[in-house]
Amino acid sequence: MKRWEIEGIVELKDLELPNEEQLRKGVAIIECVQEIPCNPCVDACPTNAISMENINALPKIDYEKCIGCGKCIEVCPGLAIFVVKVNEKALISLPYEFLPLPKEGQKVKALDREGKEICDAIVKKVKKGKTPVITIEVPPQYAMEARNIRIA
Amino acid sequence: MRIIEHPIIEFKRGRKIHFYYNGKKLEAYEGETIAAALYANGIKILSKSLRKGRPRGFFCGIGKCSSCLMKVNGIPNVRTCITLIKEGDVVEDNDMVLPEKEYPECKFTKLNTDIAIVGGGPAGLSAAIEAADYANVLLIDENHRLGGQLIKQTHKFFGSKKEKAGTRGIEIAKELEDEVRKKNIKILLNTSVIGYYDRGYHFLVAVDKMNRTVYEIKAGKIIFATGAQENMLLFDGNDLPGVYGAGGVQTLMNVYGVKPGNVGLIVGAGNVGLILAYQLLQADVEVACIVEAMPKIGGYFVHAAKIRRCGVPIYTGHSIKKAYGNEHVEGAIIAKLDEKWNFIEGSEKDIKCDFICLAVGLSPTIRLIAQTGADILFINEAGGWVALHNEYMETTKPGIYVAGDLANIEEASTAMLEGKIAGLHAVIEFAKNDKTKIMEKIKEYMEDLEIFRQGYFGIRPKIAKEKIWRKYHEKMGNRRNS
Repeated sequence: MKRWEIEGIVELKDLELPNEEQLRKGVAIIECVQEIPCNPCVDACPTNAISMENINALPKIDYEKCIGCGKCIEVCPGLAIFVVKVNEKALISLPYEFLPLPKEGQKVKALDREGKEICDAIVKKVKKGKTPVITIEVPPQYAMEARNIRIA
Repeated sequence: MRIIEHPIIEFKRGRKIHFYYNGKKLEAYEGETIAAALYANGIKILSKSLRKGRPRGFFCGIGKCSSCLMKVNGIPNVRTCITLIKEGDVVEDNDMVLPEKEYPECKFTKLNTDIAIVGGGPAGLSAAIEAADYANVLLIDENHRLGGQLIKQTHKFFGSKKEKAGTRGIEIAKELEDEVRKKNIKILLNTSVIGYYDRGYHFLVAVDKMNRTVYEIKAGKIIFATGAQENMLLFDGNDLPGVYGAGGVQTLMNVYGVKPGNVGLIVGAGNVGLILAYQLLQADVEVACIVEAMPKIGGYFVHAAKIRRCGVPIYTGHSIKKAYGNEHVEGAIIAKLDEKWNFIEGSEKDIKCDFICLAVGLSPTIRLIAQTGADILFINEAGGWVALHNEYMETTKPGIYVAGDLANIEEASTAMLEGKIAGLHAVIEFAKNDKTKIMEKIKEYMEDLEIFRQGYFGIRPKIAKEKIWRKYHEKMGNRRNS
């Protein structure tokens, strides 16, 4: 049994990750590792970067085609997609369905997949919508760990 | 206890009104149920058990159990969880003896319809929409509004565009209701179907209790879409007020905007338990943990991941041993299970919480369909006792259909498809020239169902359906041969 089956926490080895260059331009990381009947991400992608063999298959992303626009973040019913862009700092866009929404420029805590505080983060962008998308800036070493925020 | 701001839901409360509870004047809002109003006023004991007088809070929150029965304006045994509060209502504890005469005077109304649909959830609404193009449709629901359990589903649906993926359940409920209201469909709300009789034709008796009205309904065909009810779990203290069905909490919180408590413990890490945990967090209620008896999480990984990254622990291989508290939950003891499902001594943890949600599965609500004489069978994969039916959702009693959770515990998406199929098949004989068109549509919906059930999570429902269909054909084959 994999860790995500028991604990609900995905490990990086279970994901197909982008290379450094792709990360520099910013791409969607789809943390969807279990076959469920669902495909809105495929329809939402403007560059057809996401594909699925059938509605139950796992989504496959072509990091070359992905432009990191984040449209898939909002539509994913599982809130399982994040856009990650890594340069000197890492920018992470994540779905956030709680109140209050943070403000741009606000300092918040970044949480990992277990809800543990791992570092400080600065809110760079708040995109309101059916599912708000928050973009935070964290040190680059946390690019693949920070997946939630806590407003102190 | 009232939720003022919510990230997903906008609570539109009605006019402020007053009512009386055991002689005390209390405030409520129009549009909420008696139980929700009581709860918002901090009253959590709604009834007492008949023999031992043990306190009872609400459990299912959707009119399926009996723990919220109270006397309202002199009418005994009112299900306060589905009955709207009105200005000046007098709410009292139920009498501890059964009333001699429950209906002193009532109005009798006769109705005649081509198709009667019992249940206005995703399956019933979808059936009504399809059937109404070809026949007279009467839709009956015991709630005060349509939508069934969709009205509390704030999460976005899975599936494909066709099954409204990415849309929240609450929005789907609205879309379906709007469509139903546009069509010429007669709707009876606040009305419970309490009996089926075979008089050579299909005959239903339904009651609008608060209006003292009895409906006698003659129907050409009937589609039952009565849904399912939450399962109970055996443990010490499981009848304490504060032990709720997970769905009941969703109703209280997401429909009426009333918090169930401050800190919750959830039993069961299937989709219902996982989604509920997330919704509690969204309502600013703390979740102490989720316990799951199975060695792994039963629901979707993505739902589990959402609450894990908010810091909620999931203890697999654990269950609840005991709930404790004085007339209300104050905490629970959880413990690890061994391979034989026995608690491992010494592994106990004391969890401080003021409510416990049971999310340990659902059982089809078969009490009505069982009255029709349709063959009922216990099928484990289907969630319990179900009415045998064919691919068109027709039971072994000709002209009687089932759809949705009643026909196998599954998803709202599949309930909608089954409803469409049942609705269309039931009207074939009313549709003079469109029979081919109808059959084509049915075929399309069947294919969609098939696709939906192809993945890992489709295995159980697929097995259930195959058993149900096989048994149906065996029964009907035997009947034809004899």
